[in-house]
Amino acid sequence: MKAKGWKELAIGGRIDEAGNAEDFETGSWRTFRPVRDESKCTNCLMCWIYCPDSAIAVKDGKIKGIDYEHCKGCGICAEVCPPKIKAIEMVKEGEEQEEEQE
Amino acid sequence: MKAVKDKVVVALTGNDAVAEAMRQVNPDVVAAYPITPQTELMHKFADYVADGDVKTEFVLVESEHSAMSAAVGASAAGTRVMTATSANGLALMWEIVYIAASTRLPIVMGVVNRALSAPINIHCDHSDAMGARDTGWIQIFSENSQEAYDNAIQAVRIAEDRDVLLPVMNCLDGFILSHTLEPVELVPDRFVTEFIGEFQPVHKLLDSDNPTTFGPLDFHDYYFEHKIPQIEAMKRAPAVIERVGAEFEKQTGRAYGLVENYHTDDAERVVIAMGSTCGTAKAVVDDLRDKGEKVGLLKIRSFRPFPYHKVRKALAGAKAVGVLDRAVSFGSQGGPLAIEVRSALYDNAKVPIKGYIYGLGGRDMPAECVEQAFEELKGVAADGKSSDEIGFLGVRE
Amino acid sequence: MPSLKELSKREDLLSAGHRACAGCAATIVARQVLLAAGKDTVVGCATGCLEVVTTIFPFTAWKVPYIHNAFENVASTVSGVESAYRSLKRQGKIEKDMHFIAFGGDGGTYDIGLQALSGAAERGHRMLYICYDNEAYMNTGIQRSSATPFGAATSTCPAGEVIPGKQQYHKDITKIMVAHRIPYVAQASPSHWNDLAKKVEKALSKDGPSFINVLSPCHRGWRYPMEKTIEIAKLAVDTCFWPLYEYDEGTWRITYTPKEKLPLSDWTGRQGRFSHFKQHPELLEAGQEEVDRRWREIQTLAGIGNLCEMKCEEDKESN
Repeated sequence: MKAKGWKELAIGGRIDEAGNAEDFETGSWRTFRPVRDESKCTNCLMCWIYCPDSAIAVKDGKIKGIDYEHCKGCGICAEVCPPKIKAIEMVKEGEEQEEEQE
Repeated sequence: MKAVKDKVVVALTGNDAVAEAMRQVNPDVVAAYPITPQTELMHKFADYVADGDVKTEFVLVESEHSAMSAAVGASAAGTRVMTATSANGLALMWEIVYIAASTRLPIVMGVVNRALSAPINIHCDHSDAMGARDTGWIQIFSENSQEAYDNAIQAVRIAEDRDVLLPVMNCLDGFILSHTLEPVELVPDRFVTEFIGEFQPVHKLLDSDNPTTFGPLDFHDYYFEHKIPQIEAMKRAPAVIERVGAEFEKQTGRAYGLVENYHTDDAERVVIAMGSTCGTAKAVVDDLRDKGEKVGLLKIRSFRPFPYHKVRKALAGAKAVGVLDRAVSFGSQGGPLAIEVRSALYDNAKVPIKGYIYGLGGRDMPAECVEQAFEELKGVAADGKSSDEIGFLGVRE
Repeated sequence: MPSLKELSKREDLLSAGHRACAGCAATIVARQVLLAAGKDTVVGCATGCLEVVTTIFPFTAWKVPYIHNAFENVASTVSGVESAYRSLKRQGKIEKDMHFIAFGGDGGTYDIGLQALSGAAERGHRMLYICYDNEAYMNTGIQRSSATPFGAATSTCPAGEVIPGKQQYHKDITKIMVAHRIPYVAQASPSHWNDLAKKVEKALSKDGPSFINVLSPCHRGWRYPMEKTIEIAKLAVDTCFWPLYEYDEGTWRITYTPKEKLPLSDWTGRQGRFSHFKQHPELLEAGQEEVDRRWREIQTLAGIGNLCEMKCEEDKESN
């Protein structure tokens, strides 16, 4: 994102584009990425409510996927996934070749 | 005094006059904390609130820092906001005063000028406003209670002008003006309502359908760029101050500009001052003129933005200039006003200047002291050189 | 109180793309609070971690109206916003019902911001103040605050050879807020999202000020692996270091009682900032006593304990 000149700025330091932080991709911070086994997931939504980065997508009460553009790989989701289920595994970036949906 | 239907002359203190102006402006929010000598201004306004004379949400905060903080919140929320303070109260809110200006919030604040501690002193000098001269606020100084009243009304228009959108300090001398009864001609309520108009917010923090973020963090890649528009706004302010003054004059017959030239046209010796001392100086000028001396007073009304061009123009033909400062700028070549005047005249270096400090901590500034300045300026004119020595008027050695 | 499934249908009002450390509890707290509060909420934020990471120009992660003013004044800033709202509502210029939430870290709440918070509470503004308590001035480099627990090491009270960490117990800000007699005061933790959400809803329903102190573990300052944030929060609750309770219009209620009260060491033992407790068992002992004292006090206030009993036991032991 090219830096703006002073004439392009909103008045008084305001940012009028709510939530535009989404344009900033924090996914590059990751060392480990969470990989979810859909077959094990019970949609308990623990990962969703505890994600610091709003990086778990939910639709109609079901986990849709992980937003890898923003996920920082903190590993909380894998930790809070109930012990009997363990649907999320933290895998070193680059070691898993599979493409993940969002 | 609940309603003013037709213009009327009333005996009012400066505090009451500003409070009356505030009643007529009828702001949405006032957040304030009492401090001498601003207190009676608050008391008077509190009466209006308690009696339902205003629609104002009156927030009795627990400190001046919170007063300006609440004012910032209320202004960002898209409401008309006013407040008032003095001295250490202004000093306490100093951090937020900067924020109000950089966030471009059109807050109007009465500053009842009082000396900054230490020692603690509740009387008049300009050290409080001078300490805030780089905050980005517009600073207007009032000579008497009439001006304090008129300026409070104009300040709202100036602050809210789309070319400006900067907060405004309306300065009046503590005790000398704030607590002294003077005849003040009040304009009718409807005049004020029409003059300032319905508040049209530029900032809308309450609009949850179009959410906005105020007060972001800037790194070194943006802070500088955010300052430029602020600088530009202040550059546009003089024209707005004059325009509003001209419009006010049309309705009231009282003229307001960036300065007031009092017999400066052919004056050989000119004294420059701000605030109530201008009244004294005018009387001295009249006396000396009667004796045939070519003297004049250049009254500065708008200290920020500083009217460099007006100063240069007014002093073009002068042989000596004496600048009367009611505040000290330690380690500088003179008081704040003297430094500004020196800077303004740099290109017109022929006019010798002498700076004076007077009236600190409420020390009375009698006519004799102004006469002394004019007298000393004879020597300055004869020397033809600016004096590096700061003169002190009215202090015991 | 909506189920997790229903909550998940609401829009996340804190977007992704903020710069919080991976595993930061403050952003979990902010997310959970906003899910409970909804979009017609104006947020004020004190200078600190949450404010810094969410609003690095030109980006903002806030999808609600948001204002940051300075460090010590979020309570007075939001007072001003709420007053403006009140004024406009009285004038018939605004009709929508709105919430006003001030977020402050423990620095901006317990210490530099205490005056503004106290003033706002006393004046009765209809606003909710959320303290996300990470127990130190984290954003500026982990300096101690009055919320830092007894014995903890921080950059300004390191565990040195002569002085082993913080020598003072942490301020009981929650009780200070109760003393303001505002309609609702509570303590919560992001680990217990349901309890937190309920408390936020309850607070927002009150016609006056409310305060919720939310524990916000910081793996940088507390020194634990980042994925353990929720577990560390849970341990704080289960050791009764951070009891979950509320003061609801005069009624004290413990909202979560651990099945088993764990020893404080179960919590401190997991954090690097307490690692010197090995050499200083007396610190752990003193810390445990204080935890027990405060837990007993809460139980007494909630009508299920008796401070006198504890005193009698203490006397018996010393005789």
